[in-house]
Amino acid sequence: MYNIAVMGDRDSIYGFAALGLDTFPVSDKDEGERLIKRLCEENYAVIYITEALAHLLEDEIEKFRTQPLPAIILIPGVSGNTGKGMNSVKKSVEQAVGSDIIFNNG
Amino acid sequence: MAKAQVNPTRMELTRLKKKLITAKRGHKLLKDKRDELMRQFLDLVRENKTLREKVEKGIIAANKNFVLAGALMQDEVLNTALLASKQSVTVEAGKRNVMSVEIPVFEYKTRLPDANDIYSYGFAFTSSDLDDAVGALSDIFPDMLRLAECEKSCQLMAAEIEKTRRRVNALEHVMIPGMQESIKYITMKLDENERSTQIRLMKVKDMMIKEIIEEKHRPK
Repeated sequence: MYNIAVMGDRDSIYGFAALGLDTFPVSDKDEGERLIKRLCEENYAVIYITEALAHLLEDEIEKFRTQPLPAIILIPGVSGNTGKGMNSVKKSVEQAVGSDIIFNNG
Repeated sequence: MAKAQVNPTRMELTRLKKKLITAKRGHKLLKDKRDELMRQFLDLVRENKTLREKVEKGIIAANKNFVLAGALMQDEVLNTALLASKQSVTVEAGKRNVMSVEIPVFEYKTRLPDANDIYSYGFAFTSSDLDDAVGALSDIFPDMLRLAECEKSCQLMAAEIEKTRRRVNALEHVMIPGMQESIKYITMKLDENERSTQIRLMKVKDMMIKEIIEEKHRPK
């Protein structure tokens, strides 16, 4: 049995608490790194993280890319969509195919 | 040019030939694995893309309502409204094996069965924008979970495809040509040895015949 976590600045994530997800308001780098490590050791299968925070924690997120669990998924925050989430999908395509064949026409 | 130093012996030749057969079979299998992985990956990544577009749109719409709610209500009221949520969600994480890549399968369970349990507050003191926002988020939630599953699978498969592709290329462009080269070198060396032995024997035979003839013709 696993839980779901949401990380990010408070304004972007407090709504998820109503759904029953565990929310962790963080906005600075050190705290975020510590938290993400702790969450990965604990029982969290999915960690949603706002794009703005993900930008600060890129190295940490990269480490968990090849592990089966947890899945770290970027979501747009309250300040808008930076396209970073789409970029991570694009990155997977580039890694697998060698060049981007899904996104270049759209 | 023989890349690795090999002993030109018959035993080494047999060993290399066996190794070449294994390498060729491995190459074929890995290539098939790569092709199948790629096919599944492309399907998955397309789904991933549409899901992501949908989820991002949904979250942005919900966020708009949250901002509106935040503007209309006092911070304290908003905080207390969402402080104690009735609902809680847990996920069951299974595994699915796709061409020896283990990809996660998530199934979520809510503690309370009623869909309206997401509203953890009284409606009297909160703005209706908050209801809309929470409602929109809960509508998008199944897609968010599917997105998590999909995106993680894509990441894992991409890593596996890269690994497999490297193996295929290493076999195709380095291992197999190298072995073929070595086999050719050994075969030629062995043939050369055989020819030189034959010539030596012929020479010896000639010398012996000459000796016998000289013996016969020698004056007694």
